[in-house]
Amino acid sequence: MSSPEVATATAEAAVAPVTPAPAEPPRKDKPRSLWTDAWYELRRKPLFVISAIMITIFVLMAAFPWLFTSVSPTEADLNRSLTPPDFGAWFQFGKGGQFGYDLQGADVYARTIYGARASIVVGLSAVIGNMLLGGFFGILSGYLGGWTDALLARFGDIFLGLPFVLGALVILSTFAPVQSSPSAFRITSLVIVTFITLGWPSFARIMRAAVLSTKQLDFVHAAQALGARPGRIILRHVLPNAVAPMVVVGTITLGAYIGAEATLSFLGVGLREPVVSWGIMIGEARQLMEAAPYMMAFPAAFLAIAVLSFVMLGDAVRDALDPKLR
Amino acid sequence: MGRYALRRLLQAIPVFIGTTFLIWFLVWGLPGDPFAGRCGEKQCPAAYVNYMTEKFGLDDPLPVQYLNYLKNLATGNFGQTFNGIEIGELLAQAFPISIKLALVAVAAEALIGITAGVLTGLRRGSFLDNLVLVSTLVLIALPIFVIGIVARYAFGLASVSPEAPWHELIIPGLILGSGSLAYITRLTRVNIVENRRADYVRTAVAKGLSPGRVTGVHLLRNSMIPVVTWLGLDLGALMGGAIVTEGIFNIRGIGGLLFGAISRRESGIVVSIVAILVLVYLIVNLLVDLLYGVLDPRIRYE
Repeated sequence: MSSPEVATATAEAAVAPVTPAPAEPPRKDKPRSLWTDAWYELRRKPLFVISAIMITIFVLMAAFPWLFTSVSPTEADLNRSLTPPDFGAWFQFGKGGQFGYDLQGADVYARTIYGARASIVVGLSAVIGNMLLGGFFGILSGYLGGWTDALLARFGDIFLGLPFVLGALVILSTFAPVQSSPSAFRITSLVIVTFITLGWPSFARIMRAAVLSTKQLDFVHAAQALGARPGRIILRHVLPNAVAPMVVVGTITLGAYIGAEATLSFLGVGLREPVVSWGIMIGEARQLMEAAPYMMAFPAAFLAIAVLSFVMLGDAVRDALDPKLR
Repeated sequence: MGRYALRRLLQAIPVFIGTTFLIWFLVWGLPGDPFAGRCGEKQCPAAYVNYMTEKFGLDDPLPVQYLNYLKNLATGNFGQTFNGIEIGELLAQAFPISIKLALVAVAAEALIGITAGVLTGLRRGSFLDNLVLVSTLVLIALPIFVIGIVARYAFGLASVSPEAPWHELIIPGLILGSGSLAYITRLTRVNIVENRRADYVRTAVAKGLSPGRVTGVHLLRNSMIPVVTWLGLDLGALMGGAIVTEGIFNIRGIGGLLFGAISRRESGIVVSIVAILVLVYLIVNLLVDLLYGVLDPRIRYE
């Protein structure tokens, strides 16, 4: 992909000390890397800007929910049970009930805001874990080839053979049975580990394919010929040029994982009380669709917008990093 | 071709063994009392525990238990539930319904998705193109359970009757396939856009073929390869992934059976269903790979 740029860059670096050319003015446009190029491309895309703003808001919501609401998500008052949304409260700071109250009388708005944390934490950690684990094994099998590759491929196939929801259902219900109530930290990390267990082979496959094509490029051969150690070649030459496809898939997967987390929580095998999660809220709202449709509408809207933002971001990043379709 | 198919079949064997072992180990192999809570509040009587341990061979070493399980599976004997119901019978009731549902979903995906993809791919940048792109984004972003609950509420749909006739499965099938429908639309569109610039399309236009024939035969056939892959994998995944849809519409298929079995900790059912689904998935994978050669004669298997 970026081999010509890298090749000229190294050529210049090698030539420069031998023939210092004082007369020549410094070149204004540095050779741009794939990433700088992509960044230039991205900044001009409205789709990217919108999704980036949305994601920033969701991340803020996850990190500092008290910026958005002063009401506690777990404080419930049965006197307020199933009070419909108070649209006047939307413009009054410090007043609860913007989105109404749920069956237990807890504030739906506060719960929706606090629900962002579970989604973002699970999605982000699972994708980062997948990238580290899948990326590591992908580099290993792509760079070494041979037996390592064959073994890792077969081992990964075992996990790929399981449909995602099915595998997650079995793993989660084994380690946290449906009736049990594990602590918030335990169930969250369990969901993350489950996602990584089922997801790393796809990341490894993508990384492997990228490493295989990067390995054939001239600058890698040059580095090998100069006697660089494998560790250095991988870290300095192969990895920076092979990581792009994984970043794209990672972004899109993040959206998918947020949806999957909500689905599993909705089924009752994923996150559960005391964690506040959009999936749990939608599951609770399901029985009350007639009486309190707003209980469903707000968390579902937030969930959809969050998933949409990450999918859109992934789309934009892919278009920027993969110039083939431009 | 024959050798390739054989090699792929042989490769599938360790995967099948590995995956079923993984699930089997999670369900049966981990330490824990399989009879906890099975006799209500009280401890199970020793006679019952002994009888069940004997019946399910729980005292054997783990590898022996797994081999016995594989042997039974190969002979079509799925064993019994803890209540003594034949698991094979339960599966025979549930599977046809799930297969019907998956077929409806895949048919809807193929029909609507490919049509929309071709139309938008041919008129890139038009109003229709943008409209379809936005709607696919919305479909991808909305999880199935949200679409399902809202659709049931909005259209006032009743639960699907136990026999699950085709016409009652249309809406659940559409909802089940909605996410993939969006992917297929986008996949078809991207491929049409890419292939439209190909030399063989220019040649076909240049030699005076009608636009319909260029699109229908030359362009479509070459653009279908990734789409067929997706459809095939989806058919495999949908049979097991229908847990949510079947739950919302009370369809008595594999998904409902599986979910019930997991919450009642009926280990035998869980392991059997997963084994069958993995097998289906692997076979579908192989078939899809072999189909490549039919769609694109340039792909040859040595």
